[in-house]
Amino acid sequence: MTKDNKYISELIYQLADDNFIHSYRGSEWLGLAPHIEEDVAFSSINQDTMGHASMYFELLETLGEGSVDELSHNRKPKDFRNAIILEEANGSGTYLDQPEYDWAFTVIRHLFFGVLKEIRLESLNQSSYEPLIHTSRKIQTEQYYHLMHWKTWFTQLMLSTQEARDKMEQAISRVWRDFGGVISLGKYGKEISDLKLIASEDELRSEWLRRIHQIFDQVGFSIEGNPGMEQGNGRNGEHTEDLTSALNILSEVYHSDIDAVTW
Amino acid sequence: MVTVRFSELTEEEKYNHFMERIENDEKIEADDWMPDEYRNALIKLISSHGISEIMGALPEKEWVPKAPTINRKLSIMAKVQDEMGHGQLLLRVNEDLIKPLGRNRENVMNDLFTKKLKFHNVFHMPSPTWADAAIIAWLVDGAAILTQTMMLKTSYGPYGRALKRICQEESFHAKHGESLTLALASGTSNQKQMLQESLNRWWESLLMFFGPKSKKDIGSSSVDINIKYKLRTKTNEQLRQEFLTKYVPKIKLLGLTIPDETLRFDEEKEEWIYREPDWKKFKQVVSGNGPKSEERIALRRDSYKNNEWVRNALAAYHQKNRVFAG
Repeated sequence: MTKDNKYISELIYQLADDNFIHSYRGSEWLGLAPHIEEDVAFSSINQDTMGHASMYFELLETLGEGSVDELSHNRKPKDFRNAIILEEANGSGTYLDQPEYDWAFTVIRHLFFGVLKEIRLESLNQSSYEPLIHTSRKIQTEQYYHLMHWKTWFTQLMLSTQEARDKMEQAISRVWRDFGGVISLGKYGKEISDLKLIASEDELRSEWLRRIHQIFDQVGFSIEGNPGMEQGNGRNGEHTEDLTSALNILSEVYHSDIDAVTW
Repeated sequence: MVTVRFSELTEEEKYNHFMERIENDEKIEADDWMPDEYRNALIKLISSHGISEIMGALPEKEWVPKAPTINRKLSIMAKVQDEMGHGQLLLRVNEDLIKPLGRNRENVMNDLFTKKLKFHNVFHMPSPTWADAAIIAWLVDGAAILTQTMMLKTSYGPYGRALKRICQEESFHAKHGESLTLALASGTSNQKQMLQESLNRWWESLLMFFGPKSKKDIGSSSVDINIKYKLRTKTNEQLRQEFLTKYVPKIKLLGLTIPDETLRFDEEKEEWIYREPDWKKFKQVVSGNGPKSEERIALRRDSYKNNEWVRNALAAYHQKNRVFAG
């Protein structure tokens, strides 16, 4: 593998794993969303997001990293490059047993991620690695609607009851503390942006802040400083127990019969 | 010729006029006059169908993240999303019917939580392995296609239109299920065994799915009323026979054994002979006392309660905006 290919893969792992885990956390909400209409809309978004992960895994497969299913189902937690905030559980309990999931946290995490994803896709449109240009264009058409969805939730909940406002503000602080990990390009960030695969971390951050503050302004909210990375940097393979348990669920059947050729 | 306003007709005249429309295969719409018996039969049928679609997502939900490949993950996500969509569509149809009675979605959800509103027997059952995701999609959806196709020509227009879309999507689900089943049936011995065990687990529930032959079996039935008003055209037994004719050869072709040694086609009677399911058990299951009833109803009820603040917030937001708009 050439050095350049290493950095290309590094970036694509980040994109693939972010979408893969984010979609998984979303899919845990299935049947538990605040109303049935949201269940339908949210599961459509999760399905699209899993599709995006799949497209990125396909790029990795072309780069000789392994098959799509090996990449998604047969890697150790330390090999995952997703940001920590995206692996965090939706709340206490499991998706089958007494889930006490936090809708405010979900809305904020999806909104923050959605805004960054949009910025990343715009930047990938100019990538020096052509396959990323094609993939990002395909994803962009769907992403537009996803972001609109989360912006609607955000606005409505922020401008509703005091209870909702409090929960939303708490969720903002919580996600803010770790969202720096999603913006991060990891230890090879400089090489990745020098190769013009995607904009630099600083550029991504300042554009994200500009757009997020714009959204905050509309509901009379403000926050100082940059988002943090308190729990560590997932881009460098640092993860929590939440990722380990998520991966165990995601690959339970895959690992249940090692002789199986087809599923 | 003297014309009389419809509102001036006696109840009996209205009823006769309504039955004429039914006999002429006209479609009844939500705002049309309808006898209470017809409205109640529709509410019972459609609310239970709608809530079954929604509760039906739960046994499969377990397998959504666990699906063994990315493509399987994508297809089962799409499938369960469709089921939710069907539930939403049917609950909307039902909402128009219950509105004149001063009832709404919240009442329907509460009826589910208090077990007043019943859902299909199959969705009270456990789905402990990946093969259950296959059997559910192939055979439960296959059974559902038969009952739903039968009702496509139902006399109630909004239900018929919802069913048209539902049936189109269900046929994709059955294909998805067929593909899952085929992969396991042609897989390793473990995969085959898992599939056989799942079929054993589901067989009786599948036969029960169509309901009892006659009301003697469980004490009551809405089949007669539903046929009278042309909500449905076939009896439970006719549908069960169709199911057996369609699926028994396919199941055998896959090398699976149907767990009923008495099962055979009687050439003289031209019907399938099978071991009668335990209808007492059926009644118990649909009353909300099946193996997974409590757990699944609790999952729905607790999440509904947990998200109450969100629904309150949305109501407040829309209230405020109405005020601003006015």
